[in-house]
Amino acid sequence: MSKDLSATPEISKEDDRPKWDNKFQYILSCIGFAVGLGNVWRFPYLCQIHGGGAFLIPYFIALLFEGIPLLHLELALGQCLRKGSIGAWNTISPYLGGVGVGTWVVSVLVSLYYNTVLTWVMWYLINSFQEPLPWSACPLNENRTGFNEECYESTAVNYFWYRKTLNITPDIAESGTLQWWLILCLAACWAIVYLCTIRGIETTGKAIYVTAIFPYLVLTIFLIQGLTLPGATDGLIYLFTPNLNTLKNPRVWLDAATQIFFSLSLAFGGLIAFASYNPSKNDCEKDAVTVAIVNSMTSLYASIPVFSVLGFKATTAYWDCLDRNIISIINEFDLPEESIMRQNYTTWISFLNSSYPEKIAGLKLKSCDLQEFLDQSVSGTGLAFIVFTQAIILMPGSQAWAILFFIMLFSLGLSSMFGNIEGVFTPLLELRIIPKSIPKELLSGIICLISFLIALCFTLGSGSYWIDIFDRYAGTVPLLVIAFFEVIGVVYIYKIKRFSKDVEWMTGRKLNLYWQITWRFISPLLLLIVFLAFVTLQMQKPPSYPAWNPKYVCSHIFSELPIKARIIYFSPLSDP
Amino acid sequence: MMIFVLTICRISNVLLCNVTDRVSFWFVVTDSSKNVTTVPGSEVEAAIRMNRNRINSAFLLSDKTLQFLKITSTLSPPVEPSTPVWLIVFGVVLCLIVAGIVFLIFSGIQKKNKESTETENLEEKVEVTLENGIPCEALDLKPGHINGVFAADDERFTSL
Repeated sequence: MSKDLSATPEISKEDDRPKWDNKFQYILSCIGFAVGLGNVWRFPYLCQIHGGGAFLIPYFIALLFEGIPLLHLELALGQCLRKGSIGAWNTISPYLGGVGVGTWVVSVLVSLYYNTVLTWVMWYLINSFQEPLPWSACPLNENRTGFNEECYESTAVNYFWYRKTLNITPDIAESGTLQWWLILCLAACWAIVYLCTIRGIETTGKAIYVTAIFPYLVLTIFLIQGLTLPGATDGLIYLFTPNLNTLKNPRVWLDAATQIFFSLSLAFGGLIAFASYNPSKNDCEKDAVTVAIVNSMTSLYASIPVFSVLGFKATTAYWDCLDRNIISIINEFDLPEESIMRQNYTTWISFLNSSYPEKIAGLKLKSCDLQEFLDQSVSGTGLAFIVFTQAIILMPGSQAWAILFFIMLFSLGLSSMFGNIEGVFTPLLELRIIPKSIPKELLSGIICLISFLIALCFTLGSGSYWIDIFDRYAGTVPLLVIAFFEVIGVVYIYKIKRFSKDVEWMTGRKLNLYWQITWRFISPLLLLIVFLAFVTLQMQKPPSYPAWNPKYVCSHIFSELPIKARIIYFSPLSDP
Repeated sequence: MMIFVLTICRISNVLLCNVTDRVSFWFVVTDSSKNVTTVPGSEVEAAIRMNRNRINSAFLLSDKTLQFLKITSTLSPPVEPSTPVWLIVFGVVLCLIVAGIVFLIFSGIQKKNKESTETENLEEKVEVTLENGIPCEALDLKPGHINGVFAADDERFTSL
């Protein structure tokens, strides 16, 4: 049966099934799909909070026993059966057709909200063409005697993000109005996605050369720039200093497993779709290992400029804190200018504290600690739109850096969107509910139009809260469940002996022991454990979401909703 | 205000006291026309507010480096162009995208038309060859006739 599937029907199918132009295009598409925004804004954060270099240990173990086997499984499946996710799972077993439908639905849901994140990136990108950057200064209030109150209480970058971009409502129950500027950017983003996916892989294959390679160029430029900034080394030391004690916390292992899983974009159906356009006699084993390793290396490579810039930002904040204290002291004691510098600040402070303690106490000086500034860990949209934008203002030539940074984020997200859309598009083409007379251009246009209309709800005032929900519940647990059934389905229902023969026929070598063991036992077991741990952790605390409430009377603007609030910046937007 | 400009012109009217290492000082302004009485603080404040620019440029300093305690400077509003810059950039980007989409759709339609005209041409050629000269079908359809003259000749030859 397996040989029949692989041998005879192909010869007729090869003529009308689209093909990759060359192998490099296919590999680049898979890499582009896997490498996404999460590599830049989730992995460095995890490294930081889980003991720096020590996090790499559970990360690589998870890569070896979970990431690479599952990736190989999906690529081999798609290549062998030469169908999209729904068709492929129906072929494996009619009882497993639901797995295919599940992956299709996940791809649809993720495409919807992922493109809205790209909308935000595009908004920041087109705003980067002005001098000075709009998030660098607070706007004035009505009578021009001071700054806008909401902006003054927090920071200019926060104000630009929460007010000028999202125009966020204090609560998810208040929907607010549609923000017209976001609608325009959303339309542009879906138009770009349509332009690139108009004829399926014929057009994405060309676009991927740019969108997959460009981010690496920009990361290199940021790497060089970042390393020359003051304070970069502090940031890097802070990131990579291993703290092996964190490995005792099971949360670290869970985070490593989930990060690898979501980072490789498994169980979306996109990888199966990509692989189905391959010639059958293709070495999918080598492809899987290549894609997985490139993805992990990219994560590591991206964390270096990110943390150089974060170190620079922390150092500048520390110096600002010191400078403010120095000015107050000099003003109070009428000391000559430049008598107290950053270097001798501590000696002066201790001397003044011993001689005039009441005066010093009266000044209400803030304690400046570099570690404290470095400890402010941020991931997700907070990293890109708040922390990084703040750091960019401080760099010379900030406009150019902002433009480069946001184009890089856009390319990263766009190449992942190609995979998502392919995961939606390919099964629809094969489902035969759509008549053959409809050209591909029309079908992709309809998909993009419907997605745009549904995604309009994310441009409401409460839109970002909805995206948070989608990201947490559509892009996490369902994938774990689907992947578990994928492995079980192939290994125990399709039978691994049959599958091994298929893979052997495709790659030309026998499946070695590593694949046998991981596919049969280790990966399903690991997935089950991760799933149970994930669900247990979610159940332990009541669901909550961080909200921005300018009317909350407090020193901080972040309000606590009826349910607990978390750190405002945390967003699990991992991958793709 | 003009009166104060005249009186401040004379440096002797500005009396400094309490000069510190910090280059900070207290000062009062006397009104020589009123016999060494000091000008009220509120009037001095108002004068400084009006002429801040001139005072700053006289010392080659700015609002940030020359501070008058209790006199806050009015902030200048940020420069805003008539059309926001981002709309212009957005317009450019959208035009490019729409041009790209239209180009791709038209090239797709053209390719389809070319393919369908090619297949039509092939079919026509096939018909023409059939109608060249005597239609071959016509020959095939007629059954053969036996010509009695030739058939009878067989008897003249002696059998071997």
